[in-house]
Amino acid sequence: MAWNEPGGSGGKDPWGQRKRDQGPPDLDQIVRNIQDKLRGAFGGRRGGAGGGGAGGAPGVGGFGVGIIALVIVGLWLLSGFYIVQQGERGVELRFGKKTVVTEAGLHWHMPFPIEKVEKVDVEAVNLFTIGYLINERTGVTSKVPREALMLTQDENIVDIEFSVQYRVKDAQEFLFNVNDPVKTIRQATESAVREMVGKSTFEFIITEGREEVAQKTEELLQEILDRYRAGIQVVGVKMQDATRPEEVKAAFDDAVKAREDEERLKNEAQAYANDVIPRARGAAARLIQEAEGYKASVIARADGEARRFSQIAVEYARAPGVTRDRLYIEAMEQVLSSTTKVLIDQKGGNNILYLPLDRIVSQSTGSSVGPVNTLTPLPESGDPLAAAARERARDSRTRGAP
Amino acid sequence: MNQNQLIAVVALVLVAIVIVSGAFYTVDERERAVVVRFGQVVKHDAEPGLHMKIPFLDTVRFYDRRILTMDAEPRAFLTVEKKSVVVDSYVKWRIIDLPKFYVAVAGDELKARERLSQVINSGLRDEFGKRTLRDVVSGDRRKIMEILSVNADKDSRAYGIEVVDVRIQRVDLPPEVSQSVYRRMEAERTRIAKELRAQGAEAAERIRADADRQREILLAEAYRDAERLRGEGDARAAAIYARAFNVNPEFYTLYRSLNAYKESFKSKDDLLVVDPSAEFFRYLKSPRR
Repeated sequence: MAWNEPGGSGGKDPWGQRKRDQGPPDLDQIVRNIQDKLRGAFGGRRGGAGGGGAGGAPGVGGFGVGIIALVIVGLWLLSGFYIVQQGERGVELRFGKKTVVTEAGLHWHMPFPIEKVEKVDVEAVNLFTIGYLINERTGVTSKVPREALMLTQDENIVDIEFSVQYRVKDAQEFLFNVNDPVKTIRQATESAVREMVGKSTFEFIITEGREEVAQKTEELLQEILDRYRAGIQVVGVKMQDATRPEEVKAAFDDAVKAREDEERLKNEAQAYANDVIPRARGAAARLIQEAEGYKASVIARADGEARRFSQIAVEYARAPGVTRDRLYIEAMEQVLSSTTKVLIDQKGGNNILYLPLDRIVSQSTGSSVGPVNTLTPLPESGDPLAAAARERARDSRTRGAP
Repeated sequence: MNQNQLIAVVALVLVAIVIVSGAFYTVDERERAVVVRFGQVVKHDAEPGLHMKIPFLDTVRFYDRRILTMDAEPRAFLTVEKKSVVVDSYVKWRIIDLPKFYVAVAGDELKARERLSQVINSGLRDEFGKRTLRDVVSGDRRKIMEILSVNADKDSRAYGIEVVDVRIQRVDLPPEVSQSVYRRMEAERTRIAKELRAQGAEAAERIRADADRQREILLAEAYRDAERLRGEGDARAAAIYARAFNVNPEFYTLYRSLNAYKESFKSKDDLLVVDPSAEFFRYLKSPRR
């Protein structure tokens, strides 16, 4: 069946079978027609020369047989015509010995049994797969583990699926050199790919080496086929898939996931860093800016207060007594007018004085009675030094926080 | 009589056809033919084409001229470290010396295949037994095939056979060994997976720690600079105060104290218990001094 394979269609038969499938009915028809015509002619003649006697009969019969023989010979010669389709080569064999190779077109060879022609398609690209099968009707692929699983250099097993495309390079070589070219190319391919896979490590094959292995397989395959002079040109070896065997899928998938996890962990950490550092930079900038602000404000306040004091001091120097009294009285006025006060004349006697301090104090919301005894100024915005102290107290609080 | 004559002619023609067809044979381009007469090879080098022989006495046997394939059955061999491997190989061979071939294997192709298969199997056993699995699979594969080709060719020449090529088609592990290979591959993947995850964690920790370090440094340096700025401000302020207040320290004390009193006691919640004999109330009792 080797001659059938490259053509891919059963109808193409180098023995000219197709032609003869059609041939016999035509031939029979033609022969019958001719016979009918001849009989009609003889009958007419017989009727016309009725008294001719028996002697004429063999001559006329011989003449008829001669015509029949001529027609048969003619048809026989006609059967030597054959058509070579575009992309095909016809190889003519005379008694089995090859004579000429014909290109596309109409040709004639000496008819059977002297000569015959074998046609080979030299342009069609054929494909076969190793490691899997394609159902031609449904297009569904199914695995062939026996072909797909192979040993790598590091004694791992890799699952490879690939396809080989080839065409007939030389019709004569293809026909006459190798017994079963199609089986041969299959075997050679398996041998070649396994040799190449055996020379590579598992990691290499399933990652970047896939193309290279396919490439080298193609070269080796061509070399092997050329050594057999099989007349086959390898058009391409395509590695469809090179992966782990099904048995270890879970572990491999996990390793892939692990790689993703690694990236994810890194990215998460990077996200953290990207979050923290700019914030820290912002916080640092805030610290500096606040300090700058503090500096400017402290200096400005000092400047202002100093100027105010200097102004008053000048006036005080001119009239110390009056100014002193005025300032004192004004201050006392302001103090006493805005506070609750109780006047007690201590020299007046030893009466026991009851002061409901708790009630007085409870009217206020827990503010201290400290001012009774101590006149330490509480921190207030008017006092720059106090403000500075407060500022610092806040800093020391915030400093503790991360 | 006429009828008998016709029968005789037809019979003669038939006999002639039989004799003539027995006197010719064709050899196809793909074939070799050997002509045997009384068990002796009389002709073996017929080119493709039409040839003559003696009818009835000579018999012609045809053999393939093309390269033939001997597909060896997969067989198990042991490597030097006693690992079992299943090897599938094939031999490409061709009949080159037809008389020898005809004599040696009685012209039986099957016998020839059997002999080839024996040669190849013993060759494989020898070569595999000398090598490790690794060498067999990768390094020495081609070498083994070459050695086998050469040896098989040498052996087969005696049978009129040329060995064109011996190729190892497959070297597979037996199923149970494959399983342990799978387990090993799994273990390896698990190792890689663990390593990758740990590396991820390591890198993540480094990145985080680095970020934290940068933050600490940023904040600390900012604090340093901020404190320095505040100090500068305080110092400048102190200098300004000192310069102004030094003009009249006594008045400063008064002025500052009075301001402090005003600021300290300005809420109704502040309760002052005051002795009216204080200087401030001097005029409360009498307008005279």
